[in-house]
Amino acid sequence: MFDYTFLWPLVWAEWPQLLAGARVTLEITILSMAVATVAAFPLALARRAGKGLSCQAATIWVEAARNTPCLVQIYMVYFGLGALGLHIGSYFAVLGAITFNNTGYLAEMFRGGLNAVAPQQFNAGRSLGLTAFQTYKNIIFPQVFRIVYFPFVNQITWAMLNSSLGMIIGLRELTGATQMAQSVSFRTFEFFVVAAGLYYAIAKSVQILARVVAWRAFRRA
Amino acid sequence: MARLQTGLNVMQFVLPYSGLQWSDLPFMLEGAWRTIMLTIMAGSLGTLLGVIVGWLRETFVSFRIGLIPFIDVIRSVPLIIQFILVNSFQSILGLQFDPFWIGVVTLSIYMAVLTSELVRAGLQSVRPELSRAGRSLGMSYWQGFLHIRAPLAIRTALPGWIGALIALTKDTALVSVIGYIELLRAAQVLINRSNEALLILAGVGLFYFVICYPVSLYARRLERRLAI
Repeated sequence: MFDYTFLWPLVWAEWPQLLAGARVTLEITILSMAVATVAAFPLALARRAGKGLSCQAATIWVEAARNTPCLVQIYMVYFGLGALGLHIGSYFAVLGAITFNNTGYLAEMFRGGLNAVAPQQFNAGRSLGLTAFQTYKNIIFPQVFRIVYFPFVNQITWAMLNSSLGMIIGLRELTGATQMAQSVSFRTFEFFVVAAGLYYAIAKSVQILARVVAWRAFRRA
Repeated sequence: MARLQTGLNVMQFVLPYSGLQWSDLPFMLEGAWRTIMLTIMAGSLGTLLGVIVGWLRETFVSFRIGLIPFIDVIRSVPLIIQFILVNSFQSILGLQFDPFWIGVVTLSIYMAVLTSELVRAGLQSVRPELSRAGRSLGMSYWQGFLHIRAPLAIRTALPGWIGALIALTKDTALVSVIGYIELLRAAQVLINRSNEALLILAGVGLFYFVICYPVSLYARRLERRLAI
């Protein structure tokens, strides 16, 4: 039954292509996380306000991002905006959709973190004569940062995994590049095993790096 | 004039890119049904397997350590690649399963990994004194498991399990990469023909939302109610 010979040299011949794909994957992961982190803060604060137009808009964003498949979100940006006459390339479509997705998840995460800090701490800071900004900067955020840190690292992995959906709309990130590379020889299994290994290596590096950073940052506690 | 009218009608009829019609609805509904079937099959198989694996991992050190690499890999390789790998591996073996079953198997393994983590966390949350108290009351291991540990573990694990089920529902959209026509793939077929991308995608997005959102609201309420 098993008369298949694995041919790995074919994969190594395309190694540079896979690495180029991995670079695009990393790029999208880092950029989308950076933009989403910045965008998620106002959303979390708006959701905490509990009423008003901005809260409703933030709620719609968060729930739409969390309750529809990421692939639908990517299609929406790529084909949906295209139907409106706004044509964007697959790179920015994937980047935009994953940023939208990340922002929804991160906003909820930050909101949970802010809720976990007792409100008395804010009042205490204020009564010690700190300004509201100083209170946030020196008292609230350091605590939120500690609560949110590991879920945030998980979200980085999720962003990386979700960027693989770029293959479906023809982006040459790691999965897409592998798909292109294997289409010459159709050694699908060998190529995607190597791609899986690369994803695993990236995910593990992120986690190890995160642990080192956590060890340095939270050591005093 | 009448003849011209009929001529035009005929011409419109032959146009290659016809718009969206009511007759497309059954096609979409078929896709939606397949998405639901995938979720139910993979959800139940994955949960069953996950509960067993979670119990094994919590009970035996060999399973706890032996399964680490496997679980690690499943969690940090994109699901798309897992589908492609399972699909190409079965053709290497010379088998020809229906893409539906490839999808169910891959999603079940994924769901089992998520569930086993939750089961483990749930069992860990039960204080050992409780099951020891059960033992000293004369309960057997299985009686203690069934009447003391499992109910308390379910309390901890249930909201997370519902979350995993929602994630699974959304992930069924990826089965399209191995050529199974579920809801999203059906939508794409219609988009290619009708060019009504925005309308169709909004409908598809709404379908997932209508399934996932109430369930996630329920999970959040449950979490608050079950908080000990």
